[in-house]
Amino acid sequence: MGKSFLKNHPTMLVFLALLALFTLAITVFSEAYGSGLVSTSFVKTLGKTLCLCLVAIAMDVIWGYAGILSLGHFAFFGLGGYMIGMWLMYERTKEVVLRSLENQTIPPTETEISDAIATQIFGVVGSSDFPLIWSFAHSLTLQLILVVAVPGILALVFGWLAFRSRVTGVYLSILTQAMTLALALYLFQNDSGLRGNNGLSGLQNLPHVTAPQSEISMWFLWASAAALGFGYVFFTMMLSGKFGMVVKGIRDNEQRVRFLGYEVEHYKLFLFTVTAIVAAVAGALYYPQAGIINPAEIMPIASIYLAVWVAIGGRGRLYGAVIGAAFVSLLSTWFTGGQAPDIPLGFYTISWVDWWQVLLGISFVLVTLYAPKGIGGLFDLLKRKEVQK
Amino acid sequence: MKRLLFACLAVLAWASVGHAEGPLQDILQEHRALIEKPSRKTISPAIDDIASSGLDQAQRMMQAWEAKNLWQRAEDGLFFIGKAQGQALTLTDVDTGEEIETEKSAADQLKPNAGVRRLISSALVQFQLSDPNEARRLDALESIARRPEAEHLAPLQASIEGEENRAIRARKERLVKLLSIAFAETPEQRVEAINGVSGDLNLEVRAALNPLLATTRKVTDVIPAGENVAKIMRLGEDITRDEAYAALVEAGFATKRLTPAAIKDILAANIVDGQVGGVPVADLDTPEARDEAYRALAAADTVPPFVSAEEVDEKLRTHVIYDAYNEPNGDVTKAAQSALKAIDLNVGLNQAADLGLDALSLASIYFLAAIGLAITFGVMGVINMAHGEFIMMGAYTGYVVQQVIPNHTLSLVVALPLAFIITFAAGVAMERLVIRKLYHRPLETLLATFGISIALQQLAKNIFGTQARPLTAPGWLDGAWVLNDVVSISYIRIAIFVLALCFLFLFLFIMKKTRLGLETRAVTQNPRMASSMGINPDKVNMLTFGLGSGIAGIAGVAIGLFAKVTSELGNDYIVQSFMTVVVGGVGNIWGTLAGAAMIGTLQKGIEWLNPSNTLAAQTFMIIFIIIFIQFRPRGIVALKGRAAGD
Amino acid sequence: MSTLLEVSGVSVSFDGFKAINNLSFQIGKAELRAVIGPNGAGKTTFMDIITGKTKPDEGRVIWGDRSISLLGMSEAKIAQQGVCRKFQKPTVFEDQSVRDNLMMALKRGRSVWDVLKYRPGADNARLEQLADEIGLLSEFSRPSGELSHGQKQWLEIGMLLAQDPQLLLVDEPAAGMTPSEREHTTNLLVEAAKTRAVVVVEHDMEFIRRLNCKVTVLHEGSVLAEGSLDHVTSNQEVIDVYLGR
Repeated sequence: MGKSFLKNHPTMLVFLALLALFTLAITVFSEAYGSGLVSTSFVKTLGKTLCLCLVAIAMDVIWGYAGILSLGHFAFFGLGGYMIGMWLMYERTKEVVLRSLENQTIPPTETEISDAIATQIFGVVGSSDFPLIWSFAHSLTLQLILVVAVPGILALVFGWLAFRSRVTGVYLSILTQAMTLALALYLFQNDSGLRGNNGLSGLQNLPHVTAPQSEISMWFLWASAAALGFGYVFFTMMLSGKFGMVVKGIRDNEQRVRFLGYEVEHYKLFLFTVTAIVAAVAGALYYPQAGIINPAEIMPIASIYLAVWVAIGGRGRLYGAVIGAAFVSLLSTWFTGGQAPDIPLGFYTISWVDWWQVLLGISFVLVTLYAPKGIGGLFDLLKRKEVQK
Repeated sequence: MKRLLFACLAVLAWASVGHAEGPLQDILQEHRALIEKPSRKTISPAIDDIASSGLDQAQRMMQAWEAKNLWQRAEDGLFFIGKAQGQALTLTDVDTGEEIETEKSAADQLKPNAGVRRLISSALVQFQLSDPNEARRLDALESIARRPEAEHLAPLQASIEGEENRAIRARKERLVKLLSIAFAETPEQRVEAINGVSGDLNLEVRAALNPLLATTRKVTDVIPAGENVAKIMRLGEDITRDEAYAALVEAGFATKRLTPAAIKDILAANIVDGQVGGVPVADLDTPEARDEAYRALAAADTVPPFVSAEEVDEKLRTHVIYDAYNEPNGDVTKAAQSALKAIDLNVGLNQAADLGLDALSLASIYFLAAIGLAITFGVMGVINMAHGEFIMMGAYTGYVVQQVIPNHTLSLVVALPLAFIITFAAGVAMERLVIRKLYHRPLETLLATFGISIALQQLAKNIFGTQARPLTAPGWLDGAWVLNDVVSISYIRIAIFVLALCFLFLFLFIMKKTRLGLETRAVTQNPRMASSMGINPDKVNMLTFGLGSGIAGIAGVAIGLFAKVTSELGNDYIVQSFMTVVVGGVGNIWGTLAGAAMIGTLQKGIEWLNPSNTLAAQTFMIIFIIIFIQFRPRGIVALKGRAAGD
Repeated sequence: MSTLLEVSGVSVSFDGFKAINNLSFQIGKAELRAVIGPNGAGKTTFMDIITGKTKPDEGRVIWGDRSISLLGMSEAKIAQQGVCRKFQKPTVFEDQSVRDNLMMALKRGRSVWDVLKYRPGADNARLEQLADEIGLLSEFSRPSGELSHGQKQWLEIGMLLAQDPQLLLVDEPAAGMTPSEREHTTNLLVEAAKTRAVVVVEHDMEFIRRLNCKVTVLHEGSVLAEGSLDHVTSNQEVIDVYLGR
């Protein structure tokens, strides 16, 4: 079946080829391994964008294919970041603490080391003890398991509660939004155990690694590209067969699928959880490149932006989600970063830092109204033209 | 004969006056030595005699004395009320009030110390308490209430009899009670006084009772007889081992134990040839090894002795740590305790009432914020993510109007309808341009209105800046309606409650009694049928949407009165508004009301359970709502059967 | 003839309105039955109860040889038991091809895991055969949204057959069909009823006459009469109900 599968999904092949080409090009032009044309900070931006593309794919699967407009997937993304961030911060702080204790005449005891780390990490929230949730922070393996397990279980429990009571449509969107808000507000507290609104920081420093940031950022770009490619193939395979039919059936007529004997709730729950886990993995790759994560990142607005990217890129096709996420997030960075030239009107100067949001909001309304298929819809037009020829 | 007798009496009187100037001066002269060199310990007889003389002029004299305006003439040692002006001095006779001009050097000013002055002022109280001027009597009572003292009790009691003003009399009686709690002579009287105030909500009562239960922590081996013990500390429950041992050390029963850090420092200072007390330095990375090394050092007497855990245990076993009441009488503390318990219960009940009022006002805010949403969401099935921004627009309208019209009352009167008009227009525009094209695609509507929401938010930020703008309430809305020391509610909240009620009735009126309401209901139930009966569903939807938005604008003005007006104002209310509508049940105003009541009560309740943390309160509330939806997926007031649709 | 489904003493009310009132109904294993009744007689609600969409306030719904209760089962579980329903409006998945629609309906494992690892393989032949049976083989790969109304009806019937149900509930199958399409439909239903139970809800008396089967008349949520079409149409009560009193 391998061959026919590839043949049946030409877009996947094109996508993988482009992704490989892109990664290769960046490597060739990078500071670390190439000509240095692409700055390290831009490599980081690109690496982060790849992660955003991955979470956008997950969003597209749950929304574009299954019709569930989840406003919680960026929360899962953030949770993934928090989970890996705990290990990074712990291990890195431990490294620093051990180095500073080295010069003491008397070797430190275990408790002294752990107290010193805790004080270092939790001093900002006025605590010097490790909260219970940090029990596994010393182990990369365990914390990597948590990257998958914590968002996965949250999605499973929430999804089970929501789907079994047949909450659908906008109700479900509002409910997921409420879940995201609850999580963000919880993390904002100082005694949440995750440093309140300070969040976790210094995540760009990999413990026990002496390589410069230029190299580390390339590694993460490779990892992000690999994850994106893997995620793309994974979802394409999953949705290509009968499973994809059932999922689309649920989107179009849930009741009918139910009367065909499919337990719709199981399918929704499965998809919700799997996409949540993919989102979490994307987050776990994103935040070490961003260097810092705090609760403001996962406020509901972020999840809504995720939906905006997917909508602008084009729902119901994975490459659409990738295009939307890459296009809008890079454009946002460009506009809000102050690089875009201001437009002087004589009486008033349009400064893009202030007006980008307005433009984004309006263009979003326009896309919803007049181009429901998003940028991806352009490809349909091209295809149709070809056929007409 | 009569004349003769009169003359004799006059001579006699003259003779006595010749001896001294008047009755008060006599008393003063009698205690001359005490007054000249007064001290807190000795002056009492003098003050008592003056105060109990029953002379009207005594009060004036004592006030002067207290204010350091009493002078003694050098030539004859008589006392006068004096008033110095430069080098000149005006002396006023203490009895007759006759004035004598003289020079400052002719008399000495008396300067009693603070302790003495306090005694004088206490004695003065009895005069003030029966002063003919009511204001002055009240002043005296207030000063007693502020600084109650044992000396006040008797004069206060005595003054009740002659008091004619009922309010002041009640106040006096109350103060007597409060003073008796602390200063009555016998414990029985005090217990009686305490029982008399049991359950009283007044803060003064609690202030009077609480000191009775003040305790001191004491450490001893055997508790002395007659000690009024509040509580014996149990190790591990009331007090940790370390705290207990520290208390023992402080009381001198034990030697100080070194902290691990201190031990480490000493060890570091005693390294000899890479070893401490025979233990290699490299091995000192466990607490046990460090203790061992320290013990070795202590055995060699180079450092303070080591206190082992066993010694700590032994000391703790043989000593008692307990809290003793400062008040020696057990009956009094017991009575105070039960009185406070009764008060706590009463306070609890009243706090519950206060909480209920708080919840009610929060519920009316949510109701106001949600009612517009309930109309658009419930009646039209349209989710409007920009609803919060309409609230914000209302609030900014209020702010702008206030910049133009400085009179707060007038500006509010203008702002309310203006906010309605502006947001109504915005809502109608949005319905025509966006929402109309997206009917039957609810998820798309949600996203499109969200786009409008971020654009409006940023627009507001660009126009008004990021800092909060004030929207000041008119003066008559300041202050609060105070029921007692526990229950109070601010007028603004009452006004919002009234506003919410108005909207409830307005909504009911529009829906039940007007053509628009009838048409709206028809369109909601069956749009195709309605349009075939000549109702224009487009027009109805437009007006309904405008109405919902307009109410959001008015809610914005109301919310702006007590919240900060920022571009993010809408964000703070949108999720709660959605929750209100979803929890209450879609398509029913009573559902919205029930939803608002439930969410308001819930939030206040959780905040009350965990007052330090409003973030946690919101988290728990949302979790509760998610669980609630499990049991009533269609909300509190659910439409049933086919009407509910699928 | 053994009983496949037994509904007894079932009642359900919406906001005080009794949609179904103490209704009892039985059907055998290979039987064709027509259910008729005026608007609001509770025909659709009756189907909703059997398929699990509506939970009755009281009564029992007993199914199959092992006499299991269908109450409390989810819609999907009931469908897996072999109860199948065709809606009044043709509901096929319009974005997906005829083949995909049939494949989804085909009686195979319904769990997430079964579906994920499902490969059509040998089922392709069966799908084509089904498409042939409903006359849609030439449209096999077309999106079903492009089919005509009648073709959609057949596709839906094909989907029912693909499920190989023991009980088929068909809601107004002939609505909006041309006479020749009707005939085709009648034959399909009669053929199906040879091996399984079929319940047809229909308004059209002519169509029912052609089915030539036992008829149950519903009125105000309970059974008014039962028997052959001639028998029930001569029943005075039935005439009253249909013509209005």
